[in-house]
Amino acid sequence: MTDLKRRSLIATLGAAPFAVPLLAHAQAPDETPKFRTIPSRERIRDRYFPNLVLTAHDGRKLKFYDDLVKDKIVIFNMFYAHCEGICVPITRNLVRLQQVLGDRVGKDIFMYSFTLKPKEDNIEALKHYAHMHKVKPGWLFLTGSANDMETIRRKLGFVDPDPVVDKDLSNHIGVIKYGNEPLERWGGCPGMSSPEWIAETLSWVDWPKNPAQKKANGGGK
Amino acid sequence: MAYISKRNLRKEKEKQTAADNRRELIAAGFKRRDLLKMGLLTSAGMLIPKKGLSAHPLNTRGSFDDDEPNSPPTNPWEDLMPRLPVLQPVPLASLNPAPQKNPNTPAGEARTVPHQAWDDFPPLRYYEMSQHLANLQVHGDLPLQPLWTFNGNVPGPLIVERYGNLGNPQAGSVLLRLRNNLPANNGGFGLPSVTTHLHNGHTPLESDGFPCFFMERGQFYDHHYPNVYAGVKSTHQAQGGDIREAMGTLWYHDHRIDHTAENTYKGLAGTYILFNERDTGDENTGFRLPSFGDGQNPLTSFDIYMVFNDKVFDNVTGLLKFDLFNTDGILGDKFLVNGKINPVLHVSPRRYRFRWLNTGPSRFYQLFVLGPNNSTKSFWQISTDGNLMERPVQVNSSRFSVAERVDVIVDFTNDAGKTFYLENRLEQDDGRGPTGDVLGAGQGTKILQIVVDGPPVADNSVNPATIPPGNYFYGFPNTTDQERITRTFRFERGNGQWQVNGQLVGGCNQAPRFRIKRNSVEKWVFQNNSGGWQHPIHMHFEEFQTLTINGNAPANSGIIQKGRKDVFRLEHNMETKVYFRFRDFIGRIPLHCHNVVHEDHAMMVLGEIDDTGDNRTNP
Repeated sequence: MTDLKRRSLIATLGAAPFAVPLLAHAQAPDETPKFRTIPSRERIRDRYFPNLVLTAHDGRKLKFYDDLVKDKIVIFNMFYAHCEGICVPITRNLVRLQQVLGDRVGKDIFMYSFTLKPKEDNIEALKHYAHMHKVKPGWLFLTGSANDMETIRRKLGFVDPDPVVDKDLSNHIGVIKYGNEPLERWGGCPGMSSPEWIAETLSWVDWPKNPAQKKANGGGK
Repeated sequence: MAYISKRNLRKEKEKQTAADNRRELIAAGFKRRDLLKMGLLTSAGMLIPKKGLSAHPLNTRGSFDDDEPNSPPTNPWEDLMPRLPVLQPVPLASLNPAPQKNPNTPAGEARTVPHQAWDDFPPLRYYEMSQHLANLQVHGDLPLQPLWTFNGNVPGPLIVERYGNLGNPQAGSVLLRLRNNLPANNGGFGLPSVTTHLHNGHTPLESDGFPCFFMERGQFYDHHYPNVYAGVKSTHQAQGGDIREAMGTLWYHDHRIDHTAENTYKGLAGTYILFNERDTGDENTGFRLPSFGDGQNPLTSFDIYMVFNDKVFDNVTGLLKFDLFNTDGILGDKFLVNGKINPVLHVSPRRYRFRWLNTGPSRFYQLFVLGPNNSTKSFWQISTDGNLMERPVQVNSSRFSVAERVDVIVDFTNDAGKTFYLENRLEQDDGRGPTGDVLGAGQGTKILQIVVDGPPVADNSVNPATIPPGNYFYGFPNTTDQERITRTFRFERGNGQWQVNGQLVGGCNQAPRFRIKRNSVEKWVFQNNSGGWQHPIHMHFEEFQTLTINGNAPANSGIIQKGRKDVFRLEHNMETKVYFRFRDFIGRIPLHCHNVVHEDHAMMVLGEIDDTGDNRTNP
């Protein structure tokens, strides 16, 4: 995990932001007229990241894909402010994760908690929740219209296939999902995993580790 | 980013409307049955593609635009079912650097533990495979697929090996070097960091493909497979191992912790067969099972490995797609056999040995041989998880979940000119497991067409119908030796997270949850407390024998449960007790669900075999 902590990625990325992963779509298979050649990153965006406008606990209106996901390493989880079940231990766990990840949170790693009760969780409620847990910058608590929040919940797979279980918010999904959007690497793990372990799993979707590897990535294969 | 095209707002609006409508239907309390009656739900559980109802409204080409299983149409029975290419050994001199007992870290080997069985069983044959991207055709109606392969093949090449003779167990020992030449760019899914598990191998654990022993791009990993019977260094040293522990139908596959589902789905799985002096591969000797031949020539090769998997293809790009955010289990709507969608196999009128493997990711199968006029042809099951049973048992079907293998003998002697299908009749609507309903003949999913139009050829294989009562194969080792400990593993789900005995998996650096004493007997109890879910529970390194299922003896007819197995199909509210002998080798070991989506969401316990063991009864 020290890898994630000590690396100063932003400096590397500042020069030619994301040029390497974005060029890497060279796996063009045969053209068959009835199918279109579309970069896989674009297909992932279309399938999972509707560009809905959400409201953050700091009052900002942000577009889900354009402002929150694109070009970033992201961590997603679900919660609601008055949750007495698993939200609190997971939020506490993620507070520790934020400490482990250090100043990368807010630079290239972003944490997003989506409310399951958008009607109750207005900006004030979210702000209070964030302050209560002493959350630092780079981690946003997000609300929006009921439909939009439900769409995001389903798109990101925070769903139980049993509709009865799925409706029971006291037993909502405690998994966190994470990924590197430009590198198209995604994963998930239990929200109560140790922060060190979550940080290690994040390191598997991290940017290329060294210049030699970066160069190798440029070829697309 | 300039290359990303504009969003299709109209389509998004349609999807939103569809989602709203579906939610209203659910809120109004309609059940599956009501929707079926109203004609709004297909029998497969999908909402019919009506605009404003399905989340996946039809586009102008008549296909869907979202991430549910709705692949582009493909015509069945066009491609020949490939016979898997047999991997050829390479000279030792071609391996650079030369393999060695200790990890060759400076040269880029990812292994961190010395080969523990190197001195006892020095490798005599060598294989090398590269894991890399290749563009392969799965069906003529789809574009070439950018898949991750072993040596350019999906499934990976078939490794055919032999146990040493009982007097000379060293003779089976081989080394497999794997090189990670995967691309950094994954084309949408897959983690180019891999570890390859030889599933069911009695393998020293540093070579077993432990989930945390992964190698990165540019690295290599030497796997030492002694191919020895269990007991070779413990209970049966004088005999060169216990031949009753012989394994026959194995497979290898990626086991990268947290990323196994996407990596195997993308192609990283292959097959492995072990013969010996009784299961010889020659129908004129030993058990006289249908000959393997060279594995290619249809006139001499009657022992055929069939790798089944179900996948989804993007209807816009035609390319394989993986549901990145699914945590329940992924079902495909295209069924592949040996890498081709709905292929055809031509056979001669005689007996065949088929080796069936389900690589998942999440579907369970119950395969029937469907004949003319919806008839069902019976066949002989001879193995559970590739391990020969006591004798062939005549069955109408075999059920196998992810990672299970079944060897069968199908007799086409009197079927010249007929056409058959392998048909899956086990209903399954989602990743939780099958519903429990078995569909009627012709109502299931036809996976493979078998046409009996090959030339007549001699058949010297044993006719299972003529085998006298009693044991025909090796017989089973006893299950009466005193156990050192009985452990219970309770599999459950809470807040959408998998837990075993109330605990999460932890991580690679966590201390082992249980420690097994080398050369000891343990009894394990598996309990399924996770409601509507079913789980194929897999243990590495040693197979087990089932003692009881819900208090009853395991079935030896119908859906066979009795036998030596490495995957236990833990069905609804089931409790089972199984018997293990852990012999010969030590090292780290996982116990996990082989619904690979569950596995990647931490449905795993990491343990270890050592020389002391622990006494944790509920690890």
